[in-house]
Amino acid sequence: MIVIVSTWEIISKSNLFPTFMFPPLLIPNDPGGVTVLSTFVNGLISGQILEATGVTLSRLLVGFAIAVVLGLTFGFLISRYKWVDDTLGFFVTALQSIPSIVWFPLAIVWFGLGNISILFIVAIGATWTMTVNSSTGFKNVPSLYLNAARTLGSSGFHLARTVILPASVPHLISGLRVAWAFAWRAIMAGELLGGSGGLGYLLDMGRSLQSMDLVLSIMIVIGIIGTIMDNQVFRRMERSVARKWGMGA
Amino acid sequence: MKVNLEQVNKTFPKGKNDSLHVLQDIDLKIEAGEFVSLLGPSGCGKSTILNLIAGLDHPTSGDVYVNGQKVKGPGTDRVVVFQQGGLFPWMNVLDNVTYGLLLKNMSKKEAQEKAMEGLRMVHLGNFTKSFPHELSGGMKQRVAIARSLVMDPDVLLMDEPFAALDEQTRIILHQELQEIWEKTGKTILFITHNIREALTLSERVLLMSTRPGAIKNSFTVQASRPRDPSDSVLVQLEKRVMSELEEEMEKVLKEEFGDGYRLKTSAVRDRNREHMGDHI
Ligand SMILES: Nc1ncnc2c1ncn2[C@@H]1O[C@H](COP(=O)(O)OP(=O)(O)O)[C@@H](O)[C@H]1O
Ligand SMILES: [Mg+2]
Repeated sequence: MIVIVSTWEIISKSNLFPTFMFPPLLIPNDPGGVTVLSTFVNGLISGQILEATGVTLSRLLVGFAIAVVLGLTFGFLISRYKWVDDTLGFFVTALQSIPSIVWFPLAIVWFGLGNISILFIVAIGATWTMTVNSSTGFKNVPSLYLNAARTLGSSGFHLARTVILPASVPHLISGLRVAWAFAWRAIMAGELLGGSGGLGYLLDMGRSLQSMDLVLSIMIVIGIIGTIMDNQVFRRMERSVARKWGMGA
Repeated sequence: MKVNLEQVNKTFPKGKNDSLHVLQDIDLKIEAGEFVSLLGPSGCGKSTILNLIAGLDHPTSGDVYVNGQKVKGPGTDRVVVFQQGGLFPWMNVLDNVTYGLLLKNMSKKEAQEKAMEGLRMVHLGNFTKSFPHELSGGMKQRVAIARSLVMDPDVLLMDEPFAALDEQTRIILHQELQEIWEKTGKTILFITHNIREALTLSERVLLMSTRPGAIKNSFTVQASRPRDPSDSVLVQLEKRVMSELEEEMEKVLKEEFGDGYRLKTSAVRDRNREHMGDHI
């Protein structure tokens, strides 16, 4: 970390590149000049970065939530009905391999350039992985649990809620994690290309203003949020499930 | 009559056009309050019979009746204790035991009281908040038994529930199960491949032949309880059952190793004597 930061700092001060291309991280190149740190702090204080983060995260959460609901539903139908597996299940594998930004032109034509188009590609970017993971999870529920529940009087929706869903939680969590990563990539691409507000839009603004200090600040924010989600949310979920149920961590 | 199987056949599809005839013309009757063991070598179709009674599978032909009613699917009048227990790892012991009770529209309080009663019967009253993975194999099976008993089923179906346990634990659970049976008077169908276990627990032992599975013979166990393995009645009976079982074993081995195979009968018999009829 220190090595990377100091290397960067040296390159920045070496005058090999203009300052706007390689802005210093911590120490200004000329008195009162910009640094990534100062832009970052100022951005946070002025609310510019915070606001953009808020916009991005709220879009992300909505799109992600839609994807999770759709993914769980599709996954359940695929695991439950053979004909859905043969039709939708087959397509999902193909759909999964299409980067979600590819949908963007279509989304713009359908929904216009704006919020809905971005939500659309976020949702579509995360839905298919969620579908694949949840159907795998649902299909692999040990028949021992299903049989035990059925002899105790469970069936239908109760069986799905109390046995099929919890028994597939390990699969679902890894599904959520990958789906989140896809959603995160999708929203950045979407906002860069056509967002009003949001971190992606701010990135694009940084590019057109040629202020790489802003671009780098946003990259830091993106990195931080990504790490927090992965380490604090998903890994923690995985660990607590493993601990509570005594399943392999 | 509690359980009645009439001319039951079961065939499983095997490969594309082939099929596996697992059960042939099974006639089986169990009276109310009886403790019956179903004994046979692995793969002879014991679990298949149990699944048919539990309603988890359907016969290819023939009928299964419980309480005079034709079995159409699973029902809480027939609860199963599986070899691997089948406790839900995401629920603690109490939630596992109340699971079926709450499905009977019982209030939470009532269900918990009943579950506690059941857990105390298997001496696990202090483990309500534990998760299954925190329990030993024997404790897990006790919880599974409690979970089934609280449902107050007409028939308790047990599919090799103690097969995965160590000998000491098994002996203790044999005693407890006999006490539970005497206390509750439940009709029990107990599946095992262990002669000693079948003779220790049940009133009647049904011996199965294999490929296809059929009921080969029925032995009534007239020994006093609690059963003592060195009881001369049990020793005599064990010899008779053993010799019939050996015929089946030989049939299986011949199929697996070819016609040239001859089972060294005396060797198996000696070995089984030492290991108390375990894992035939
Ligand atoms: N669902 C199934 N599909 C195909 N074959 C099965 C199925 N269930 C059991 N069998 C076969 O039926 C035979 C009897 O099985 P099972 O009843 O489990 O035997 P046991 O409980 O006596 O060991 C075995 O050969 C097994 O492979
Ligand atoms: Mg079996």
